Amino acid sequence: MKGTAARMGVMKRVSLVFKAKANRALDKMEDPRETLDYSYQRQLELLTKVRRGVADVATSRKRVELQMNQLNQQANKLQDQARKALSVGREDLAREALGRKASAQSQLDELQTQYAQLQAEEEKLTLASQRLQAKVDAFRTRKETIKATYTAAEAQTRINEAFSGISEEMGDVGMAIQRAEDKTAQMQARAGAIDELMASGALDDAVGGHRDDIQSELDMMSASSDVERELAKLKGELTAGAPKELEGAAPNGDGQGAQGYQAPQQSQQQQGPYAPPPPPQYTPSQQPEPPQQAEPPQQQAQPAGLPVSDLPGLADEPQDGDRS
Amino acid sequence: MIVRILGGGQFRVDDAAAAELNQLDAALETAVEHGDQAAFTDALTRLLAQVRAHGSPLPPDILESSDLILPHEDSSMDEVRKLLTDEGLIPG
Repeated sequence: MKGTAARMGVMKRVSLVFKAKANRALDKMEDPRETLDYSYQRQLELLTKVRRGVADVATSRKRVELQMNQLNQQANKLQDQARKALSVGREDLAREALGRKASAQSQLDELQTQYAQLQAEEEKLTLASQRLQAKVDAFRTRKETIKATYTAAEAQTRINEAFSGISEEMGDVGMAIQRAEDKTAQMQARAGAIDELMASGALDDAVGGHRDDIQSELDMMSASSDVERELAKLKGELTAGAPKELEGAAPNGDGQGAQGYQAPQQSQQQQGPYAPPPPPQYTPSQQPEPPQQAEPPQQQAQPAGLPVSDLPGLADEPQDGDRS
Repeated sequence: MIVRILGGGQFRVDDAAAAELNQLDAALETAVEHGDQAAFTDALTRLLAQVRAHGSPLPPDILESSDLILPHEDSSMDEVRKLLTDEGLIPG
């Protein structure tokens, strides 16, 4: 190479380090042809190891995938809870649920990054294993040729060539396995921590313990603004949704106020646990409105606050149904 | 000449590309010596791009050792230093 001895560049120096390693291994061998068999054994071992590495990374990836599904479910559940809490006027509860959802979401984002890393690692290692397999096959062929054709003395150069060619690949693959193992170990530790948090229900406190104070402060701020935004959105949905549902109920009440009023109660009695049907418009704050909608013909001028029992033409049942 | 990218296989690179590679490589070496992260990342990224642009992948069943070996893209400076000093980064 042209570079001076002092500065030959990183690439050349690394290649010399690899070659020195191969030469040291070669020097240990008494009979050059022994080298071939010994090296071949090591190659097969390495192949097994790299395949196991691929499987380990895949296992880790699947575990992360599973956790992502669980966190997703949790986030959806919390979203539902927030909606429910808000519909019963418990904004504090809704806020709490959305806060937890934000934590779950941030865990989910981290897992997504990990998942992508593991996937990339798996791909790289799979390719490395295929390259090594091809080299090992080539080495085996060369090994048989050398053994059959040359005497020990003659074989030396050829053995050296084959050996340094394969040993560079083995060094490379060996490092790749090491890297993959390190990454997998890190992620397994994190995955274990998340499992524990999910089991203990403390996930909301778990927003990235490894980050610095400022970062977590910033995260909290952004998480709380996320909460506000979601709250506003939910409120919007709720107010936008209410009138539509009222309109939908109107045809039902046409001239048959009694039926309209009894329906919720009946369905509760008949279907037991299936409680939700009474739509949101029956919440206390909006109670005065339904009578107007339900009995348009009889009570166009009916003031909202007037007791239902005073209305002409209305049976007693609606009153009971409404108040009991 | 043959260039290996660690974790990425070997490439046959035309000798004509050597001058440019050597220049980038010198920058990489200086960056490692001075602990200059930005220059390190820049030089390494460009070196890898050059090798991939000018080189053709060597079939995997060819048993030849490489003239030059390049660290992989997400190597840290620390890893590269260890590679240079033969401090056991290469197993076996």
